[in-house]
Amino acid sequence: MKILVLVKHVPDATGDRRFADDGTLDRAGTDGLLSELDEYAVEQALRIADERDDVAVVALTLGPDDAADAIKRALQMGASGGIHINDEAMHGSDALATSAVLAAAVAKAAPDLVICGMGSTDGGMGVVPVMIAERLGWPAATLAASLGVEGNTVSIRRDADSASLTIEADLPAVVSVTDQSGEARYPSMKGILAAKKKPVETWTLSDVGIDPSTVGLDAALTKVLRTTPRPPKEAGRVITDEAGSGAAALTDFLSTGKYL
Amino acid sequence: MSVVLVVTELADGQPTKPALELLTVARRLGDPVAVVLAGGPEAAAEQLGRYGATRVLFVADPALPDYLVAPKAEAVTQVAEAESAAAILINATPEGKEIAGRVAVKLNTGLITDATDVAQDGSTVQSVFAGNWTVQASVAGPVAVIAVKANAVTPEPAPAAGAAEQAVVTISEQAKGARIVKSEPKQASGRPELTEAAIVVSGGRGTGGDFSSVEELADSLGAAVGASRAAVDSGWYPHAYQIGQTGKTVSPQLYIAAGISGAIQHRAGMQTSKAIVAVNKDPEAPIFALADLGIVGDLRTILPAVTQEIARRRA
Repeated sequence: MKILVLVKHVPDATGDRRFADDGTLDRAGTDGLLSELDEYAVEQALRIADERDDVAVVALTLGPDDAADAIKRALQMGASGGIHINDEAMHGSDALATSAVLAAAVAKAAPDLVICGMGSTDGGMGVVPVMIAERLGWPAATLAASLGVEGNTVSIRRDADSASLTIEADLPAVVSVTDQSGEARYPSMKGILAAKKKPVETWTLSDVGIDPSTVGLDAALTKVLRTTPRPPKEAGRVITDEAGSGAAALTDFLSTGKYL
Repeated sequence: MSVVLVVTELADGQPTKPALELLTVARRLGDPVAVVLAGGPEAAAEQLGRYGATRVLFVADPALPDYLVAPKAEAVTQVAEAESAAAILINATPEGKEIAGRVAVKLNTGLITDATDVAQDGSTVQSVFAGNWTVQASVAGPVAVIAVKANAVTPEPAPAAGAAEQAVVTISEQAKGARIVKSEPKQASGRPELTEAAIVVSGGRGTGGDFSSVEELADSLGAAVGASRAAVDSGWYPHAYQIGQTGKTVSPQLYIAAGISGAIQHRAGMQTSKAIVAVNKDPEAPIFALADLGIVGDLRTILPAVTQEIARRRA
């Protein structure tokens, strides 16, 4: 069984994230790492691999040179190989083009199961997993709080607001997992050393049969018109609670603001 | 005027508040036509008409409740094509965004998620990078697919015909891939919906696992209760109430953070609240930088005292 985990290299959310002049995310000026939410996807793939001995876990990323770090981290955690789609033409691509390229790459890699995080920590649309499934005509069992594979069927639990759903789909399928699915492991020293010898393939758009003119900033069907940093918030009042002064201040605030 | 399709959710047979908000947005863009992904009840059309829907299309198909998302996306696409819709508006819930993503692929068009406003020219406003940046964008494709966040606008009544019609769709076998084999309803909290509430009171690590003072203050204010990821990960409060990057994003009139330090992942879910109050024992907690009023102190004494004072004033 082959599991393809889709991983994204994102700017560190605790750093200073900003836009470049062309309205795309400034990736060069910020430190990046494997999206935290994709670590859960890698973890779930490895848990399946831990339980059976016929599983290959391959990490696939789409991004510029730095994105190799996302694959490296997945390999250190325990993935057996990686695929890096690296093509300059992808710069500024929207979700539509991104999903087209990823779907083509999935078709070429031909896994039994694709596991994704619930969304990226930068763009954060959370739509690419279903868009890939839509393009491939595969079932999508998304936002899994837990995940299991038995025979040819993947089963997940999805916690919606009003109900907890159990969903089943036949393989091949696309699954996305939430941060509730289980804490991601840290790479061991052995894992870090082993990662250096694991195979990573680099693919371009022509390797997956996508015409470069259909992707990138110019072809995007979603246009960014303007990006504006949020003005810094004016510092509010901070008091230290002494003999009930905190409760009095909060009650006054509620009363003055007509929240009562 | 071109048709703007509004994908409408019902709760207990009536449109939800976010659905009515979509109609108010839709009126800026064209002729609002509501599509309800359920066969009825047609009584819902009356309220949708009151808020501007000229027509209400009910789609009945047994596949809609039995399979995850894909059949709904097929239904919306087929209705949009039949109506030659210029735009499709949907609420930015997890399911709404998945429908939007699939519809965008089917129609080969652009999509925008988590819009906090939509202007007359169809351009949108989004809040990104944990609320630190604002992005204005527009869809260049043939149909604008826009998932709009709850509370983006205030629903405004605008009486229209609200003519109820049944729409027929054909769901493919391919869309029936993800089967819902079990659905266990969750117990309702009886409090306002988190993403729609005017006031949210949230608890974090500082509660030590006891949410009673948070819940009691929330109830005295008619507020929703939220929780930080630390509290949810500790098993103190259900994940459905988590606020932040991997939970809900809220933008209420007032957000009260009790015992929450304010990590970037949490700020991503509440930074755009109109007013913010923080109660925390740690004077260095980053949440204080966002707060209009910050109180350094113990939530376990401050919150009950406020609840009591509110009760006294009302008595």
